[in-house]
Formats: sequence, structure tokens, C-alpha cells
Amino acid sequence: MNGRLRWRKFVSNFMLAMTGVCAVVSVLVLFFILGYLLFNGGTSINWDFFTKLPKPVGETGGGMSNAIVGSGKILLLASLIGVPIGFLGGIYLAEFSGKGMASVVRYAADLLNGVPSIVIGIFAYSLVVLPFKHFSAYAGAFALGMMMIPITLRSTEEFLKSVPRMLREGAMALGASKWKTIATVIVPAAYRGIMTAILLALARVAGETAPLLFTAFGNRFESHGWSQPTATLPVMIYTYAVSPYDDWHRQAWAAGLVLLGLVLIINIMARTILSRGIAVPRS
Amino acid sequence: MATTTTAMKSAGPVSGSRSFLARLRNGDEIVRLITLIFAATVVLITAALVWELWANSALPRQKFGFNFFVTSVWDPIMDQFGALPFIYGTMVTSAVALVIAVPLGIGAAIFLAELAPPRVSDILQFFIDLLAAVPSVIYGLLGVFIVVPLMRTVIYPALNKPFGYLPIFKGPSYGVGFMTAGIVLAIMVIPYIISVSREVLLSVPRDQREAALALGSTRWESTWKVVVPFAKTGIMGSIFLALARALGETMAVTMVIGNTPKIAASLFAPGYSIAAVIANEFTEATGDLYLQSLIALGLVLFLLTFVLNGLARLLIVVTTQKGSEVGG
Repeated sequence: MNGRLRWRKFVSNFMLAMTGVCAVVSVLVLFFILGYLLFNGGTSINWDFFTKLPKPVGETGGGMSNAIVGSGKILLLASLIGVPIGFLGGIYLAEFSGKGMASVVRYAADLLNGVPSIVIGIFAYSLVVLPFKHFSAYAGAFALGMMMIPITLRSTEEFLKSVPRMLREGAMALGASKWKTIATVIVPAAYRGIMTAILLALARVAGETAPLLFTAFGNRFESHGWSQPTATLPVMIYTYAVSPYDDWHRQAWAAGLVLLGLVLIINIMARTILSRGIAVPRS
Repeated sequence: MATTTTAMKSAGPVSGSRSFLARLRNGDEIVRLITLIFAATVVLITAALVWELWANSALPRQKFGFNFFVTSVWDPIMDQFGALPFIYGTMVTSAVALVIAVPLGIGAAIFLAELAPPRVSDILQFFIDLLAAVPSVIYGLLGVFIVVPLMRTVIYPALNKPFGYLPIFKGPSYGVGFMTAGIVLAIMVIPYIISVSREVLLSVPRDQREAALALGSTRWESTWKVVVPFAKTGIMGSIFLALARALGETMAVTMVIGNTPKIAASLFAPGYSIAAVIANEFTEATGDLYLQSLIALGLVLFLLTFVLNGLARLLIVVTTQKGSEVGG
């Protein structure tokens, strides 16, 4: 009996230790990725990377200034598409909707959220690229905007709903109409949470490559205007990483470091804002 | 509350309703209408997405019918398109990913939910969330320059020498292939399994644990025989979620799977996946049938993830509700 108990205790301790190992290994992966990129990217990054255009194939040097600008342009336009739709739709879900319509909208958003990004790319291709017969920044931004909608929508709804009932009733009791209550009391009370969600959505689409492959396409030169093929950082990383040139590999690491740094910084910023507590005044 | 009920009917103005006019004057009705339009846009977009996929894949549906799924010839020059190698590749890589990620992920989730003090658990979860935020092209980059060489020099010899007689470990390795893609995918989906499983495990009521401990079970026995079975459906949900991710993942797989439309039993052989073939061939697809065959593959991918995500959500909701009912 004693031996059996000892055995059970041994199994218990052993298995619990193993779960700890699993957790440590999973977290170490993050630090490994970070360290490896810092090492490889850090040694290959230089000022040219940010300021110069890509050099023709075979010549070393050059940078990715066009891709950095392109990514910025596309992310800006994507936010202009995705955030208003998600935000206002979220207000409708939280404040105005009856049961029927709300569940349809929610279902549609969840469905859209689960669509693989490459399929979103096909959608943007057939809706924006085909009619205009042109790869463009518009098409890329449309694809990324579509991906931002469901995240913004559902989190706006959630944060608005978490605003205490008393605030609502207080505003109403003072004679504010419903939309005034929403605009001046409820949205400001939930705004931190909503900002966090929008930032996280932005960070997520900032690293998306697949939907840009055949919408924004890519470009080795500065793209003027919005209706031209546009280079973006993630697509550049992809093309450079699978190319056979050592100098391109070096630049892929540099671009990877920049992209990962950007995404992680946005994430950490957003999550620390959130963890400081959403600005909901409590009575 | 009265606002909502009348508001429901008044998409077109109800004639003679004074309260409607009053609301219109103070702006409520206008704001409601504006937000309704944006909410309806979301539904419209989703419907348009499904419609575009369906309408733009009509040609291969007419020409190949069901054969599209069971033939393995992918020959753009002869206009022969069969999706089997890609479906096979997607399934095999996802299976490899789950075999690696599920034990690791559940183990880590158990540690985070049951063992670690709340503060430590929260910090570790923060890192896991960051891991989930790493863009897939970065995983691809690391896959190409770390996992592929590692595969050639370490993993392949280690598995091929002792187990080479098994068909799945037979044959030469080029570094790229099903196994490599599966390993990269596993790393990518682990965070999803951990986050969701942790939530589900945390929702298991406390008295379940205490009852097991009071009956004399060890800590591990109470975890493994009471808590985990209680959370079983939710953990299944997290696995489905991870599977849906793995199936739809494009960049990392494209970069390490080898891009060869062949069906091979060996995990070391190069292959192809649905998402990878779309990524690689979409821009160079000449002819409507070729392009529409690729879109048909996109439709397949969409339907697969649609079903898996739906199932996952259902299972997770069922479990967390069970937790609050029993616990409440």
C-alpha cells in the first residue's frame, strides 16, 4: 500500500513537472524567435534599409523604403475601411438592435473572422482587382480592411455592453436622448477597450501576407498613387526569403525584425493600456 | 425598452406615429439608421464573399464535378485539374501539427490553469498572446532558415535510421516537406490551444477539484481524472480552432512544404497544400478554368474552416456554460 502511494505521488509530481516543461518550452519559443531575429536582423539592418529603393537583381545593397511606405499606406486605408464599419456596427449591436438582426450580424462577423486570409485575398481579387484590371493599394487595403471588421465589431460591442447600467440611466435621467447618451457617456467610458481592440486588429493585419499577394501584389519601385501595384513589408519578406540571393536573405531578416518589432510593440502597447483597466468610472 | 420594439418596425417610417417623429427630431432614429446600415454592411460583405467564391468556381464544378476532389492530376497545360494532392497535403500537415501541438498545448494549459500562481500564469499567458501575434511570414522565414536545415541534419537522420522501415519515415529528405510544414504549423497553433484550453480549465468549478482531493487523490489525479474530463468538450473546441487555423495557414506552409503536387506516404517527401497552391499560382493562372479551379480550392478551404470554427465555438460555449451552471 505504501509503495503504491509512493508511486502515485511520484506520477503526480512527474506529470505536473512535465506540464511545467510544456509551458516553459512554449514560452521559450517566443524568446527564441525574438533572439534569433534580433541577432540576424540586427546585424543586417542599416540606414539604407529605411531610405533606399531595392536594387536590381544581382546588385547588393539597397533597401525597402518603398515597402515601408506601401505598408503604411495600405494599413491606413485598411483602417479607414475596417474601423468605421466595425465600430458603428458594434454600436448598433450593443445599443439599438433587436434579437433577430443582432444574431445575424454577429454570426456573419464570426464567419468572416474565421475565413482563412488567403480566401479573403481571393475575395478582394474578384471584387476589386478584376473590375479595375489592376493590382492596387486599394485592393490590398480592401482585403486587410475586411479582416479588421469582425475584430473591431465584436470588441466594440463587448466593451459598450460592459459599461455599467447606472451610467446609462444617469444620462437618460438627465434628459439626454439615446444617441447623446451613447456619444457623450457610453462610448467615452468604453473608449480604452475599443482602442485596444482596434490596435490589436491593426497589429494582426500588419503582418498579413497572403491576402496581399494578388491584391497589392508588389513593386520594386516607388508606387505613385493608390491604383498601382504596391510593395509591402510582409510580401517583400516572403519574396526575399525564398529567393536564391544571399543579400536578399540578409534584407529579409532586416525586414523581419522591423515587422516583428512593429507588431510586438503595438501588441504590448495595446495590452498594457488594457491591463491598466478600462476607464469605467465606478460609483 | 419601448424604443427598441418600435424601432424594430420603423425601418420605413410608421405613418402618424408621433413618438417616431419625436425621436427623429432628437436624432435617435437617424443614428439608429446609420449604425444599422454599417451593421448590415457586415452581413452584406459576408454574403458577397460566399457568393463570389461560389459564382467564380462554376467552371470546374461543371467540367469536373465531384471528380475534382478525387483526381490527382494538376496539369494547367492540358487543362486537367484535380485537387486531391492539395487536400492530402493540407490534411497531412495539419495532422502532423496537431500530433505535436495538442500534447504540448494541453500540458502547458494545465500548468497555467492548475499549478502556476495567478500572477505567474498571467505573465506567461501574456507571452503566449504575443506568440500568437507573430506574423505567419516570420514563422515562414524562420522555417526556411532554421527548421529546414535542422530537418536535413538532425530530425531526418534521427527518425529515418531507427524507423526507416515505416512507410511514413521512408525515403530521402530534402529538408522541405510535409513534416517540416507540420512542425512549423505546430509552433503556430500551440498558442491558440493554450489560450482557449486555459480559459476552459479555469472555468471548471473549484469544488470539483476539492472533492477529488478530499477523496484522497493526488494533485495530478484530480487534474487528469476530474478537471480535464470536465473540460473535455471545451478542450476539443480549442483543438478544432487550432485545426481550422492550421488548414488555412498559407505563408509559413508555402515556404517550407516544397510545392510539389504529389501524394507521397513519406512525411519527408515534398508536397503541396490548398492554401499554398493558391498563393503560388493565382497570379500566373492563365485561362478561366485554371483560375476558377484555384478559386474552387479556396471555396473548399472556406467550407472546411467554416464547419470547424462553428463546431469549435459550440463546444467551447457548452463547456464554459456547464462550468458556470454546476459552479453557480
